[in-house]
Amino acid sequence: MAEKQYDWKAIAKNPKFVELHHKKTAFLFGWWIFSCVYYFLLPIGAAYTPGIFKVKIIGVVNFGYIFALSQFFVSWGIALYYSHVANKDFDRLTRELIDELHL
Amino acid sequence: MTIKKIFIAASLALSVAAAAYADEQKAPAAGAAPAMSAPAAQGAPAATAAAPAPNAAASVATPAPATPAPVKKELKTNKTITIGMFLAIIAITMGVVVWAAKQTKSAADFYAAGGGITGTQNGWAIAGDYMSAASFLGISGLISLYGYDGFMYSVGWLVAYITVLLIVAEPCRNAGKYTLGDILSFRTSPKPVRAFAAISTVAVSTFYLTAQMVGAGKLMALLVGIPYKMSIIGVGILMVGYVVFGGMVATTWVQIIKAGLLMSGAFLLSFLVMIKAGFNPIGFFNTIVSSPDIQDHVSKLVLKDGVILSGMDAGQRFLEPGLYLKNPLDQISLGMALVLGTAGMPHILMRFFTVPTAQAARKSVIIAMFIIGGFYILTTLLGFGAAIHLTPQGITAIDPGGNMATLMLAQQMGADIAPIVGDLFLAFLCAVAFATILAVVSGLVLAASAAIAHDIYVNVIKDGHADQHEQVFAARATSFVVGACGIMIGLAAEKQNVAHLVALAFAVAASGNLPVVILSLFWRKFNTAGVISGLLVGTIASIGLVMVSPNMTYPKVVAAGAKKVVAAMEKKQAALPAGQTLTEKDAKALAKAKVDAQQDGTSIVGLDKPLFTLKNPGIISIPLGFMAAILGALAFPNRRSEEMFDEVYVRQNTGLGMAKAVEH
Repeated sequence: MAEKQYDWKAIAKNPKFVELHHKKTAFLFGWWIFSCVYYFLLPIGAAYTPGIFKVKIIGVVNFGYIFALSQFFVSWGIALYYSHVANKDFDRLTRELIDELHL
Repeated sequence: MTIKKIFIAASLALSVAAAAYADEQKAPAAGAAPAMSAPAAQGAPAATAAAPAPNAAASVATPAPATPAPVKKELKTNKTITIGMFLAIIAITMGVVVWAAKQTKSAADFYAAGGGITGTQNGWAIAGDYMSAASFLGISGLISLYGYDGFMYSVGWLVAYITVLLIVAEPCRNAGKYTLGDILSFRTSPKPVRAFAAISTVAVSTFYLTAQMVGAGKLMALLVGIPYKMSIIGVGILMVGYVVFGGMVATTWVQIIKAGLLMSGAFLLSFLVMIKAGFNPIGFFNTIVSSPDIQDHVSKLVLKDGVILSGMDAGQRFLEPGLYLKNPLDQISLGMALVLGTAGMPHILMRFFTVPTAQAARKSVIIAMFIIGGFYILTTLLGFGAAIHLTPQGITAIDPGGNMATLMLAQQMGADIAPIVGDLFLAFLCAVAFATILAVVSGLVLAASAAIAHDIYVNVIKDGHADQHEQVFAARATSFVVGACGIMIGLAAEKQNVAHLVALAFAVAASGNLPVVILSLFWRKFNTAGVISGLLVGTIASIGLVMVSPNMTYPKVVAAGAKKVVAAMEKKQAALPAGQTLTEKDAKALAKAKVDAQQDGTSIVGLDKPLFTLKNPGIISIPLGFMAAILGALAFPNRRSEEMFDEVYVRQNTGLGMAKAVEH
């Protein structure tokens, strides 16, 4: 597998790459931290604020159940949003970068 | 290929033997009996599900699980139908192996299916690889016995995939080739890093594999009455066959088939439960709260805490937290290990090398998240459905851990249509459990053998100079050896409590592997010293903490608990009117406690009592792993590693310089 030689340093300094890298880092770590915080609210909340979890919302269904269920939808939501942004922005920037470099 | 013929002959012989054994089942299954009373520890969530008692003393104090009701109840499977379903699954997957073996010519084919798996296929395979028998039997069982806590328990297993999706999936696809070692050795000294990465991979895979194998043996004994040793050997032979002959292609397809079967089964069963509930979710929850059996079960559970509840209050309590997960710190610690450990699991990382592009890697995680999430939501219907239709008392009469709840529910829901439908449905789910074990263990064997053959043999011993033929041979030979070791460990660990091994696998992956993967991919200053110190400290800390945790057996603690039971029982006996003796159950508990009270000595590492009070080490070992990795890198800076960061970073973001996929 003969690999093409790239000037990695030059690519890393390319404004398109810098833009891609800034956008991606902010997005990925931002949403990752959000999802972690949202998730840990569940075990922490269930242990230290059980009163809130017991509040009935719809019939006998309480806040705790709805909150646990919401974890699934929030996770799916982040996944879909990421996929949307990645397909729209990140992949486009990557393509443009590769075109610009004539690779 | 004579080996192939021998293997096919051996598996046929095994199948015939299994069928023949099934016919002898008219006599009560001797093998099944001990497994019934043993807390069924068959892997991941059931790991903790199996031992609701926080320590040995408590389990002595509540002898109920150890001595079930005088008339032993059993889940009756129709052996002919069940064995038929098993054979069908074996036949289908064998067909896949024969086809896959023809496709496997290069090392890339063997480890990564030549990068020719589509995003959708990989998504199903990830789901199939991830959802162990414990997820599908254990979680719904937990919900059926402890309500809300069981459901809360399952959430972390899905949220873990956010880390996989955002942090590791795409960069790994772009930066790696076959193993964890590939990612880590990019800008470090390859030999020591690969060696350490391989050791960590083998350790994680062995912990997880042992838990799965022991679980497989006990489950098969419980379901179809195949003796423990025979099921381990049977599952082991099949697993070795899939990996040795079919490599990643066959393993992937076994996982896809299993995920498909599992989802169909769960969906169909949930649908039947919802028909009974008239498709009214609010009414469904009302039924739970107003069920007298559930109310009675809950009031007994909360009675242990000194709280007295009855009627609708007790029913409502079933939907509230705190019936099962009692230690918040332990719970958070487990959550950390899950959320960070999944992304560091070698067999999960390996799945991203099978797809052609980073886009496909991304798509596959999203598909996997919908399958896994959908499945865990369905387990609520199954668990609560089982609590309503079978009652918690009925479930614990069959298995104290609740692991049989889903299967019992399937049988009953089917039998409501026609008795034969119940048998068919039960047999189908037993076959799904079987396929589940095969899929999960195959992925683990492949990950462990890739680490040994690709990292250690090809790259450390042979300096990367091995031709395709030699690489594939090394991969096949190692898989065979790893599989054989898996069988032997499974046989040796029959009597061991392996429940904590799953938590340990996740803790090591989260504390050892993930910090170094993240820092390799995202931190310019990271280097060889960082990788090695991170892997070492993270792994040793998590294993060390488990060794001194309540997961181990402490004979003096057991003895102290037993002495209390003896005292309580003797007091009870003294209080009885003259001439009357203890009930059979109490007498047995007393006899057992008297034996236990004689125990003396220390735990494996020589302790009288646990040093560390949590069962899950993550909350300490994960920060330690990160800190060691960072400090190690800072203490021994390396110019070359820093200079090469640009290359790693550009590669992982753009996919430039990546090996091209091979079409299948």
